Amino acid sequence: MFDFSIVSKWFHDLLTDFIPEWLVIGIECVIVLLFIIVLYAILAIALIYLERKICAFFQCRIGPNRVGKWGLLQVFADVFKMLSKEIIKMRQSDRMLHDMAPFFILTASFLTFSCIPWNKGLEILDFNVGIFFFIAVSGIGVIGILLAGWASHSKYPMIGAMRSGAQLISYELSIGMTMLTMLLLCGTMQLSEIVQQQADYGWNIVRGHVPAVLAFIIYLIAGNAECNRGPFDLPEAESELTAGYHTEYSGMGFGFFYLAEYLNLFICAAMAATIFLGGWAPLYFPGLDGFNTIMSYIPGFVWFFGKAFFVVFLLMWIRWTYPRLRIDQLLSLEWKYLMPISMFNIILMAIVVCFGLTL
Amino acid sequence: MNFTLLATVVLTAILFVLIVLIMVYFIAPRSYNKMKEEPYECGIPARGDQWGHYHLGYYLFAILFLMFDVETMFLFPWAVVARSLGPQGLFAVLFFLFILVLGLAYAWRKGALKWH
Repeated sequence: MFDFSIVSKWFHDLLTDFIPEWLVIGIECVIVLLFIIVLYAILAIALIYLERKICAFFQCRIGPNRVGKWGLLQVFADVFKMLSKEIIKMRQSDRMLHDMAPFFILTASFLTFSCIPWNKGLEILDFNVGIFFFIAVSGIGVIGILLAGWASHSKYPMIGAMRSGAQLISYELSIGMTMLTMLLLCGTMQLSEIVQQQADYGWNIVRGHVPAVLAFIIYLIAGNAECNRGPFDLPEAESELTAGYHTEYSGMGFGFFYLAEYLNLFICAAMAATIFLGGWAPLYFPGLDGFNTIMSYIPGFVWFFGKAFFVVFLLMWIRWTYPRLRIDQLLSLEWKYLMPISMFNIILMAIVVCFGLTL
Repeated sequence: MNFTLLATVVLTAILFVLIVLIMVYFIAPRSYNKMKEEPYECGIPARGDQWGHYHLGYYLFAILFLMFDVETMFLFPWAVVARSLGPQGLFAVLFFLFILVLGLAYAWRKGALKWH
C-alpha cells in the first residue's frame, strides 16, 4: 500500500532546503487550505448531482438532463444562480446571530471533514484522540442550526430549529455509543491507527462480528438522522415547515446550509467507511495470496471513496424509500430502542473483547 | 503541527464563508421593498410574536441528553484500555452502566420519554 506521507515528507524537505522554517509551514498551511476547499467543492457538486439523479431513478424520472450532457452542468448552474441572488436582511431578525450561523455550521463541517483519513499517510487532522475530537466538533453544528432558527425571528425556522436540535442531540448519543463500541475493539482513538489496524487484521465489521454489525446498523440509522435526511427530515419537512431552520436565509446564505448538509452526509458515510469498513484498507481474503496482491495494487483512496460512496448510496436509498416519521416516533425510536440496544451492544462488545472472542 | 493545522482548518472555514459572501456582495442585485423584510408566513402578514413559544418536551430531552452525553464521555477512557484491563475492568464498568440504565429506566417510568 502506497504511503502518502513519503510525498509530503519529501516536499517538506525540499522546501526547507531553500526557505526558512516558518515560511515552509505557512506554504504548507496554504496548500492544506486549498486542498480542503477544492475537495469540499468537488465532493459537494458530486453529491448534489448524485442525489438528484438517484432520487429521480427511484421515482422513475430521468432527473436533470437539460444543462450539459446528462445534466452534468446542472449543479454549476445552481451554484451560479445562488451566487447571483440577493441576500435579504430581515428587519426583525437578530442580525448578528443570523449572520454568524453559517460560520458555525461550516466550521463544524470543515473540522469533521478534515478528520477523515483519505489514504495511508494522507490525513489533515490526526489527533491521538481522533474519534473524541470528531464527536466534539460535530457538536458545533447544532449551535449553528439553533442560532439560525432562533435569530430568524420567524415561526417556521423556530419550530424547525427546535426539532432539529432535539433530533441532533438525541442521535448524537447513538453515534457516540456506536463509536465507543468500535473503540473497544480497536483500543485506540487515532483514526489513522484504526485504519492501519484494519489493514493488518481485517475490517472491523468482520473482526467484531455480531456487535460490530449491530453497531453498523445503528450507526447508519443515527447517521441518517444526524444529517437531517431520509425518514428523519422533519426539521425541514417541506410540506409543513417550508424549509425548517433556513427558511429565512436567501441566496448563498441558504447555499451554505445546503452545502454543509450534503457534506455532512459524505462525512457520515466516510466515518462509517473508516471505522467499520476499513477506510483505505483493501479487501483481503486470508489464504488467497494472488487475489490479495491484485487488490493491494488498487490505490488506497480509491478503496476509501468506493466504500464511502457505497454508504452514501445506502443512505440515499433509505431516504427515498421510507416515509417521514413524526417527532414523537423519532424521539421514542432513539430513546426507547436505539439507546438501550447500543448500551447492551457496548457490554456485548466488551465481553467479546475482554474474553478474546474476536475473529 | 497538529494545532497549526487545526487553526488552519478553522481559518479555512471562516475564509470560505467570508470570500463567498464578498463575492455575493459584488454579484448580487439589491433592491428595497418593505414587504421583503417581513418574516415568512405563506403570503399573509405574520401575526403575534414569533419568539418564545415552543414545546416543553424539547427542554426535557435536552436535559436527558446532557446526562447521557457526560456518561459516554466517561466511558471513552475505559474503552481505549478495555483490552488490557480485561474482565476485571469490565465488571467495574458494568456497575457504572447499571446505574445509568437505572437512570434511563427511571426517566422512562416517569414518562419523560413520552411526547405529550
